[in-house]
Amino acid sequence: MADTPSLRLRTERWLERRLPQIVVLPLFALSLFFVYGFIVWTAYISMTPSRIMPVYDFIGFSQYDRLWATPRWYVAIKNLFIFSSLFIAISMVIGILLAILLDQRVRAEGLIRTIYLYPMALSFIVTGTVWKWILNPGLGIERYMREMGFENFTFDWLVNSDYAIYTLVIAAVWQSSGYAMALFLAGLRSVDDEILKAAAVDGASPWKTYTSIVLPILRPVFLSTVIILAHLAIKSFDLVVALTGGGPGYATDMPATFMYAFAFQRSELGVAAASATMMLMTIIAIIVPYLYSELRKTGR
Amino acid sequence: MKIIRRISALCAVLALTSGGVAQADGTAEVLHWWTSGGEAKAVGTLKEAFEAQGGTWIDSPIAGGGGDAAMTALRARVVAGNPPTAVQLKGPGIQEWAEQGALNDVQAVASAENWDSVLPPALASIMKYDGNYVAAPVNIHRVDWIWANPEALAKAGVEAMPTTWEEFNAAADKLMAAGITPLAHGGQPWQDATLFEDVVLGVGGADFYRKALVELDQDALKSDMMVASFDQLRKLRGYVDPNFPGRDWNLATAMVMRGEAAFQIMGDWAKGEFLAAGKVPGTDFLCAPTPGNGYVLNSDSFTFFKVSGDDNLKGQQVLASLIMSPEFQKTFNLAKGSIPARTDVPLDEFDTCAQRSHADLLAAIESNALVPSMAHEMAIPRSVRGEFLDLVTEFFNSDMGSQDAAQKLADAVARAM
Repeated sequence: MADTPSLRLRTERWLERRLPQIVVLPLFALSLFFVYGFIVWTAYISMTPSRIMPVYDFIGFSQYDRLWATPRWYVAIKNLFIFSSLFIAISMVIGILLAILLDQRVRAEGLIRTIYLYPMALSFIVTGTVWKWILNPGLGIERYMREMGFENFTFDWLVNSDYAIYTLVIAAVWQSSGYAMALFLAGLRSVDDEILKAAAVDGASPWKTYTSIVLPILRPVFLSTVIILAHLAIKSFDLVVALTGGGPGYATDMPATFMYAFAFQRSELGVAAASATMMLMTIIAIIVPYLYSELRKTGR
Repeated sequence: MKIIRRISALCAVLALTSGGVAQADGTAEVLHWWTSGGEAKAVGTLKEAFEAQGGTWIDSPIAGGGGDAAMTALRARVVAGNPPTAVQLKGPGIQEWAEQGALNDVQAVASAENWDSVLPPALASIMKYDGNYVAAPVNIHRVDWIWANPEALAKAGVEAMPTTWEEFNAAADKLMAAGITPLAHGGQPWQDATLFEDVVLGVGGADFYRKALVELDQDALKSDMMVASFDQLRKLRGYVDPNFPGRDWNLATAMVMRGEAAFQIMGDWAKGEFLAAGKVPGTDFLCAPTPGNGYVLNSDSFTFFKVSGDDNLKGQQVLASLIMSPEFQKTFNLAKGSIPARTDVPLDEFDTCAQRSHADLLAAIESNALVPSMAHEMAIPRSVRGEFLDLVTEFFNSDMGSQDAAQKLADAVARAM
């Protein structure tokens, strides 16, 4: 009987200490199962002969052999690299330029910022459909220019197998560079005025001030922008479907559309799972070292 | 009133033909993706007929992706052990599901109603697994049609519909000279493949078509005949306007209607577009089979999944009998624009193109020139079909040589087997 109060006290203390973990536990378990569990499942399916339905006989890496023997997969990979490098680079350059220009205390900054940011409010499906009309030679820019009198004007990237991938870059940059601008603008605003004044006192030119002082300070912003844009690029599925439908032919296929086609249109679950696993590996291979080096430098 | 009369006629026919199961009630859940205008109307006729039997119809339309969404839903339902009674599923897809042990057979109904004697043999074999019917066809679409605008042809001095590819090329050259786009085409992989299979039939004939596109014989795929087919496809590419990539097939049909283009090579769902626009076959538009004296078959069917419980089983049997009843085949196909899968249904109420289709079908059965469509999932599994589509569409959108294409095609098929 004498033990009871102290037992209760101990239970309460234990509960107090453990409560946060207990509360988080179900969510943790769910995400462990639904995210990581299915990653493991997909990886396993990629080593089975699954076609229309999942089967669980282990056959090793033959689905990967098949994947890497498929010409369409190489097109998808090449497109992903062209698209994501151009998309990330151009969006960031335009974003920084716009942010720096906006940072010069211009009038009606709020309005201009909203205009640049607005495309982000559209879904990629809308962006893709609109750009499909603008870039279609029979409907959009080319026809307009020809009606203006420039008979030989040609802008047929959308229907040209070699250039169609760049139309995706155009549409995606239009949509996302405003967002990059907003991130950089927030970063610029957080730069301490004192530093800039000190630089001005030391006689640094505006160019020197930006390249040697401001941009290095913005390093964490670069990190988040690259990560956000990179995941948009790798996930790019809706834009491709709406703008080019993967065509002409399969010239603008991406790993995501490749995977969708094999899993849901062709009953080739095994190959689709193999391609999904390859996508995951690619992301890990790029993001992990980058995160590691960046986070170590900033000491977080 | 018309509908009521039709339904009562249907009931009468059923009472006569289906004997044991005719007084039935039963429940049927039907999964399909016929959600657009004419299609929804067509499937509505089945629902009405089934409910007129006192049955309970559970409609499960799943729109999107040309059936991809429905197939995903189906997979989930089968894994969960709760499949629908019947699914709009066709071609070798039926065999794939049958191999998973997911289907029920309706052989009892089929034997009682003697389906074997009224279906084209090439179609019947697709509906069967292990010699028993597991699916029932609702229609036959012909894939190898040329649709034409007579005014555009007259303007360019083309007098008759072409009957060989040489004639087609000659007509197309005349049209080019007259400033009319010879061929309206939409650059989507399945449309490219539709052109391809019609060309293979015209160049190589039905036996070669069967060897290459159905039996997937490596020698046939690499043969000179295949190279010649690719040559003709390359020619067709030259007759298409530069704006074709990504265009939907019905927009291509509209080009023919407006006279911007003269020909379209497409299955007879294109006829639905002409009819919907109030055009009259024979005067406003012409229909003729593509060269080759064959018949490329496409057919929609309902496949029966493994349901249990008396009520569901009964519903399944009633549905099977209903789908194959001549009256339903007629009303359904009048709504959808195809022709009945049963060859013994009179086609008096159908248009001239449909009657031509029916006559050619009977002739093709006779001469063994009836072949299943590769592009429309009647001939080969979806995995192999996908390889065909990739290769053909890449050929069509690049300057790949014909020799090269035939070799790559053979390799791609070998990979997917």
